[in-house]
Amino acid sequence: MRPKRAELTWGLLFGIVFGFLLHKGGATSYDVILGQLLLTDFTVLKIMLSAVVVGAIGIHLLQGWGRVKLSPKGGAWGKNAVGGLIFGVGFALLGYCPGTIAGAIGNGRLDALAGGLPGILLGSWLFAVVYPRAKDGLLPRGAFPRVTLPELLRLPQWATIILLSAVIAALLAVIERAGV
Amino acid sequence: MTDWFTQLRWSPYIVGAAIGILSWFTWLVSNKPIGCSTTFSRAAGALERLLRGRRALDRPYHREVEPKLDWQTTFVVGIVLGAAASALLSGDFAGRWIPAQWGSAFGSGIGLRAVVAFLGGILLGFGARWADGCTSGHGISGTMQLSVASWVSAIGFFVGGIVVAQLLFRVLA
Repeated sequence: MRPKRAELTWGLLFGIVFGFLLHKGGATSYDVILGQLLLTDFTVLKIMLSAVVVGAIGIHLLQGWGRVKLSPKGGAWGKNAVGGLIFGVGFALLGYCPGTIAGAIGNGRLDALAGGLPGILLGSWLFAVVYPRAKDGLLPRGAFPRVTLPELLRLPQWATIILLSAVIAALLAVIERAGV
Repeated sequence: MTDWFTQLRWSPYIVGAAIGILSWFTWLVSNKPIGCSTTFSRAAGALERLLRGRRALDRPYHREVEPKLDWQTTFVVGIVLGAAASALLSGDFAGRWIPAQWGSAFGSGIGLRAVVAFLGGILLGFGARWADGCTSGHGISGTMQLSVASWVSAIGFFVGGIVVAQLLFRVLA
């Protein structure tokens, strides 16, 4: 196969697995996502945090063995805090995110297909319209001087991963204890 | 084994761990983090090109994030297929407009749900581009790479979402 076609085929295969898992986890369901935002059902956080721990350990081992080159994104308060909050408002109104809406469409959900999807496309386009002004305006405001948590905490990489995993495990234990 | 595939739900920890393992392979095989929202930008750019022709490509953002088919595009298409497969196997596939929780708070009117989903989608799409990532790209892939920007974004997603969901369902409804 030509490299481009192989790349697209792998993308499709990985996407199929991801979509299958999202549905099996309940994350393609509006009710599960809203349950998380209403703090009555912590399924979404359980999925994300266990993915982060398992993923972090694996990809940093692979990085240590020289098998992958990671690319943690830098950012700024004006970009990530502001964008994150705008995203959050949309997240609550729509009840899906860009990945889970694809899953919800596969699940047959029409509010996702006919309401949310055109909205996301319009919102993405609107960003492209304001981008030339935002680029040198609010977006770079308050740049993070340190890109990664190990730099921020002044800890070795593996100490950070172990600490983070411990904090996440404790948080999940509290969630299980609370029975949500 | 077949029981597994027809089950409606798996443990969120199993699903999460499997997504973590999946991310090892997307890095290893494709050198890509799991992510979704850039695809919607490429699609929006492609739609604009369809409507306005090549002038659409004059936008600086469309020059940086070109409207083209890439790994993530087929990844997002794969999500639709994978979720459909799981839903069909477990008898959960259904064309439905009104989620249960929405219906019990705001009624079964399709118009209201469609308008709110559309508005939510606009903010979601805009916010994902503004933050340069979504619940997958920042929330899973960025946080596991220990990126400060991704942790700030992910916390922002949930803080914004929790506040607005409480307003919607505990104050407005």
